[in-house]
Amino acid sequence: MAKPIDWISARLCATHELTPDVRLFEIEPDQPFVPATPGSHIDILVHIDGRSQPRSYSMIGHCADGLYRIAVKRVAFSRGGSAWMWRLTPGERLTISKPSNSFELSHGRPEYLLLAGGIGITPIHAIALALKQAGANFRLLYAARTRGGLALADELAGQIGERLSLFVSEKGQRVDIAAEIARLDPRGELYVCGPFGMLDAAKHLWREAGRPAAHLRYETFGNAGNLANAPFKIRIPRLGLEIDVPANRSILEALEDAGVEMIFGCRRGECGLCVLPILETPPRIDHRDVFFSSEERATNSRLCTCVSRAAGDHLTIDTPDRKPTHLHHPGIPAL
Amino acid sequence: MNAHKPFPLNAWYAAAWCREIERKLSARTICGKNVVLYRQTDGAVAALEDACWHRLLPLSLGHLKGDDVMCGYHGLVFNSAGRCSYMPAQKTINPSACVRAYPVTERHRLVWLWPGDPALADPAKIPDFHWNDGTQWVGDGGTFYQLKCDYRLVIDNLMDLTHETYVHAGSIGDEAITAAPFDVTHTRETATMTRWMIDIEPPPFWARQLGRQGRVDRWQIVTFQAPSVVAGDVGVALTNTGAPQGDRAHGVNGAFLAAITPETETTCHYFWNFVRNYNRHDGQLTRELQLAHVNKGAGVYDQDHRILEAQQVAIDKNPRSPFYDLNIDAGALWARRLIERMTADERVGAIANVAAE
Repeated sequence: MAKPIDWISARLCATHELTPDVRLFEIEPDQPFVPATPGSHIDILVHIDGRSQPRSYSMIGHCADGLYRIAVKRVAFSRGGSAWMWRLTPGERLTISKPSNSFELSHGRPEYLLLAGGIGITPIHAIALALKQAGANFRLLYAARTRGGLALADELAGQIGERLSLFVSEKGQRVDIAAEIARLDPRGELYVCGPFGMLDAAKHLWREAGRPAAHLRYETFGNAGNLANAPFKIRIPRLGLEIDVPANRSILEALEDAGVEMIFGCRRGECGLCVLPILETPPRIDHRDVFFSSEERATNSRLCTCVSRAAGDHLTIDTPDRKPTHLHHPGIPAL
Repeated sequence: MNAHKPFPLNAWYAAAWCREIERKLSARTICGKNVVLYRQTDGAVAALEDACWHRLLPLSLGHLKGDDVMCGYHGLVFNSAGRCSYMPAQKTINPSACVRAYPVTERHRLVWLWPGDPALADPAKIPDFHWNDGTQWVGDGGTFYQLKCDYRLVIDNLMDLTHETYVHAGSIGDEAITAAPFDVTHTRETATMTRWMIDIEPPPFWARQLGRQGRVDRWQIVTFQAPSVVAGDVGVALTNTGAPQGDRAHGVNGAFLAAITPETETTCHYFWNFVRNYNRHDGQLTRELQLAHVNKGAGVYDQDHRILEAQQVAIDKNPRSPFYDLNIDAGALWARRLIERMTADERVGAIANVAAE
């Protein structure tokens, strides 16, 4: 059951390029600034195809000067939020939420391992600075495709020095996640934010290492998978419907657009409330949730409609809609 | 937000006596935060937000499972850091599922809890309450849990002992208190009220403690440590034996100790003790001193208890801003000033835990 968002108005003060593809936004809320804990995010109402939709962006740094700072990557095949944000110019009005935190830092652990991939550095950046401030024992492993794509790397290096290790995949540099987990104190925690593949690998290796699930911390906004966003069709034989899912809409949104009643919770692939059964499997299903275990995912019997997608032509699914039943049991008069 | 709360959140507050926290779940409200406390298998105390992430049922209605707490409704399990480690009917755990974990430390026979930003919780900031350790000084205190008054009324009470004359007549009360001058000093974190009553007849309580005939010098040196701890160095010594100059060999010395923890804005938990450094092995005396303070309504703290709760009722009915002050209130006003500075600093600079609000 997601908390309803209290929307407030705000102004975009300035933008700065952190890399050719990552832009920093400085946002001043009209209401009193609410300080945020490391790992917090704000939601912003973005406008896509004439609709307002919330998008979550992690906050960068302490923001102690009363401005909320977020960084947004320009993504070619996004759901539309990134492109909308990149069209904004300073001075424009925004509708935002106050900060909230679903990636909270535990204090007092003997050691921390932070793992960031690409734009996933945004919450990890704030967490790293908080750990440094607390004098904690931590390391940050930060990977991106190119050296130029390592947003905030220079600033971080200045702040946390040798605790930061950088990995550029086009130079063949890879984080050996298994080895890093093996080095971590048995009571240490791992914090991950990055592409779906990185998170999946970290979860798998963490479990293989016999580490407690509660000590692996990660956050997902359900916005990336293994495949690029592409349009596809869903069929619902029970309702006699065939619905187009555009590249920038989720299955859940497409179902809602078509008037199919759905229940949902988090809308980011965590809670499992919007899960539907798969009747016919297309060539590939891009499970982007964190609700199913990898074994459950491999069966392709159900999917989280808020985040997961199909590649290929058609995905055939069922819904919980049923015809009204009448109480025609013997002895009980019909209503 | 904490904008108008009368207490800072970034501070250590007494939450329980160490002996009260066992291998079971104990619920408390501290500074408006519902907390469940328990002792882990290694002996360390844990404190979690007392509301399940899922449907908010108090976790204190569940049960301990090793070092974790299982919710008594749907079986979600949270570890001592507040992380969910089990969810029913699914193979994974929502990554955002957690309850707040509060920093807790045991010191001076009390469990201290930090309700504010955990990043700022430095055990070095725990108030000096060493008289309560049970070593140099001895005494058995207790707690008025859920005392129905603003915690600052208790501080007012202890920082101005003029009231002893009227509230505690016949035991520690004495006209000499109101007649003697007093001195109030302060630092950035403390306020101290010092009063010496020279060459007086000892009041009945102190005459018994001294056990010797003769007039005495009596002292009350009461120190407040912001935001909510008061320690009073009190005693008597035969007059003209040098007590005001520092020689207390011809007297008896006690200390009243108070850690007053806001429960809500108008209720508090009052952890008290009265300790002494004389006749330390006299268990009978320890018991008598405890009964002198709290004894089914007849002890001196029972007398304060009645006054404080009646005062809060009156404040609620007569919301005039808030009181008139007399010169006797100087200690209390410095204490309140230090509290106000802490709450104001917190409004400006502190990092609130937005997820918990």
